[in-house]
Amino acid sequence: MDSPIQAVRRYPSKPADVYLFATCLVDQFAPDAGLDAVRLLEREGIRVHFPQAQTCCGQPAYTSGYPDEARAVAVAQMKLFPEPWPVIVPSGSCGAMMRHHYPKLFADDPAHLPVAEELAERVFELTEFLVHVVNFQRADRGDPYTVALHTSCHARREMNAHLTGHALLAGLDQVTVVRQVREEECCGFGGTFSLKHPSISEAMVTEKVESLRATGAERVLSADCGCLFNILGRAEYLDKVAACSKPSLPGEHIASFLWRRTGGGEQ
Amino acid sequence: MTQPLHFHPSEGFAARARAATADPALRKGFRGAMDFLQTKRQAQFTDAAELSDLRDLGAAIRRYSLSRLPELLQQLETNLVANGIHVHWAENADEANAIVIDIARRREAKLVIKGKSMVSEEVALNHALEGAGIEALESDMGEYIVQLAGEGPSHIIMPAIHKTKQQIAELFAAKVPGVTYTENVDELILIGRNVLRQKFAEADIGLSGVNFAVAETGTLCLLENEGNGRMCTTVPKVHIAITGIEKVVEKLEHVPPLFSLLTRSATGQAVTTYLNLISSPRKPGERDGPEEVHLILLDNGRTQAYNDEQLRATLQCIRCGACMNHCPVYARIGGHAYGTTYPGPIGAIVSPHLLGIGATHALATASTLCGACAEVCPVRIPIPELLIRLRNEAQSAADSGSELRGAGESRSVLVSMIFRAWALMYTHPMLYRIATWFMSRGRALTPTAQGAWTGIRTPLVPAPKRLRDLLAERNSRHE
Repeated sequence: MDSPIQAVRRYPSKPADVYLFATCLVDQFAPDAGLDAVRLLEREGIRVHFPQAQTCCGQPAYTSGYPDEARAVAVAQMKLFPEPWPVIVPSGSCGAMMRHHYPKLFADDPAHLPVAEELAERVFELTEFLVHVVNFQRADRGDPYTVALHTSCHARREMNAHLTGHALLAGLDQVTVVRQVREEECCGFGGTFSLKHPSISEAMVTEKVESLRATGAERVLSADCGCLFNILGRAEYLDKVAACSKPSLPGEHIASFLWRRTGGGEQ
Repeated sequence: MTQPLHFHPSEGFAARARAATADPALRKGFRGAMDFLQTKRQAQFTDAAELSDLRDLGAAIRRYSLSRLPELLQQLETNLVANGIHVHWAENADEANAIVIDIARRREAKLVIKGKSMVSEEVALNHALEGAGIEALESDMGEYIVQLAGEGPSHIIMPAIHKTKQQIAELFAAKVPGVTYTENVDELILIGRNVLRQKFAEADIGLSGVNFAVAETGTLCLLENEGNGRMCTTVPKVHIAITGIEKVVEKLEHVPPLFSLLTRSATGQAVTTYLNLISSPRKPGERDGPEEVHLILLDNGRTQAYNDEQLRATLQCIRCGACMNHCPVYARIGGHAYGTTYPGPIGAIVSPHLLGIGATHALATASTLCGACAEVCPVRIPIPELLIRLRNEAQSAADSGSELRGAGESRSVLVSMIFRAWALMYTHPMLYRIATWFMSRGRALTPTAQGAWTGIRTPLVPAPKRLRDLLAERNSRHE
């Protein structure tokens, strides 16, 4: 990757404690993904702290032309991680917001910039943390299965999390990862873009659904709920239109899949 | 028809985008062409480290040039004049067109033959010349095709990329006298070439763009593949070059890295077929070349970008078009839907300076900020960051003190209230917890019509229990 935003990162050794910043989408719409992320981390002997006052990283306002509102919401989150523990985010997009865009958001605010910069340094996307810090090595306990991975654009281009997502799946012996054509192309979510430019978003997500279906994968995984809701919501809608009773493209957050495949819930 | 200058690209953008995405031929054509160009570019850059270094170098040259822009432009003028080239400064499109028309009238010119120039499209030169009773003829094959069709270019490098072979065949049969229908590409090119050959001999003035203007030597660099650029700049008695003020570099040695980045990023070519270095009109004893050479340096809003520390990066652009070739939005809607001379990601960041933010605000939002453009930009323009900045400017309040033309014009009271309410909820955890508690407990009441979202997707429904509830339950069980 040669994106200017990425630098070679130094990873800490495995900590005893981490924070979880779950993101508003996981908290409200995909809590199982958050819970499975907590379970994955705890099984590695890490205590997971969930600050109850967390809400949203502020990205919707940041990308919609409302930086003041984004700053206000970001400041509210920045207060919640006083210990020097890593902050784990089960989303490449929200993680990139905190890692790369908080320092830009507060570039002209000397009161908050040091906090934003300090926090940015210890924000990790979940799969990145599992690969580079935890050295996740759990054995696959499931039957043969095929999956496709959708890597979000921010996860890919700002966090290199497409590599860590694929690395985790490659560690599962019985799981075959099938690559869709144009894997690196955007699914057409883009936050408020999906509402502002519905016809373009439709064209993009429909092609993404088609390319994922064409892989024949039994399910699609992603580490980003925004993309996942966009893709799965479109696939479900197309299934309904086609009066197809069996979901043509089931999917879930990679944390849930990983947890289940590596024996989660067996004990 | 070239768009008139008062055109407001944001108006009707949604309708044009909808029409484009619903056009299967357009979708198939652009998808195929963009895939092809992406593959060609990739084949040129097989060594990631070399590419990264070259992009660093390209970006550094462009940033350096811009950091010294006023002095380099003066140096360029001094050296061009010393070489016998006339230099004209145009603040806007009207001034640029008036300069061309003045020269044409003085030379009693009837026909201007044009090499490819996006700046001439930007100022709608053909339209202005037509108004002055002067014929303008495009000699780049793609430009010739779109001119015949009465359209503008849909891509900055490949103007007729939106046209199929069959459409071009029909166009030639209908518009070129004495031509019978053929879909044979070689024959089609030959038809165009025969028309143009004749016109090169007749033209009074040749007009071209400029890829790089070298200050130290007073040299105009022009890259092209068809040889028409060389014809335009050597056969007619007068050559007029037109370019934006940002195209200047200091030294000749700054050109090769930019040349290499440009051709490899644009069409996946190691080099173009022609590289013209124009340093003077015909000298005594020389057998060819124009008697007069002019350079028009156009501002047209570029100074606004130059004056802003962040937006100055916009002017680093070397017009390769790689950003549009890799843009998932451009691939779906094509170039015309944008309604601007420069489409795609680069158009969304350049056009606000040319036309104002109010007129172009929809273009900056027509991006998912996926970053594909910035990933391939040969001179490392941080396009997504600039799009975010332009969104901020479009939504800025009246008292923001923004100096950008048209800032805040398209601010929506409703949207600003929504974000104020959003910020209130997301900065007050208690409010957030109450609101999301009601949303999850009352999930059966979740509206099934969720605006544009459910137009094409199933509704988003909150989970029965939030993550915070699940974690709280789990903690109480553990204790």
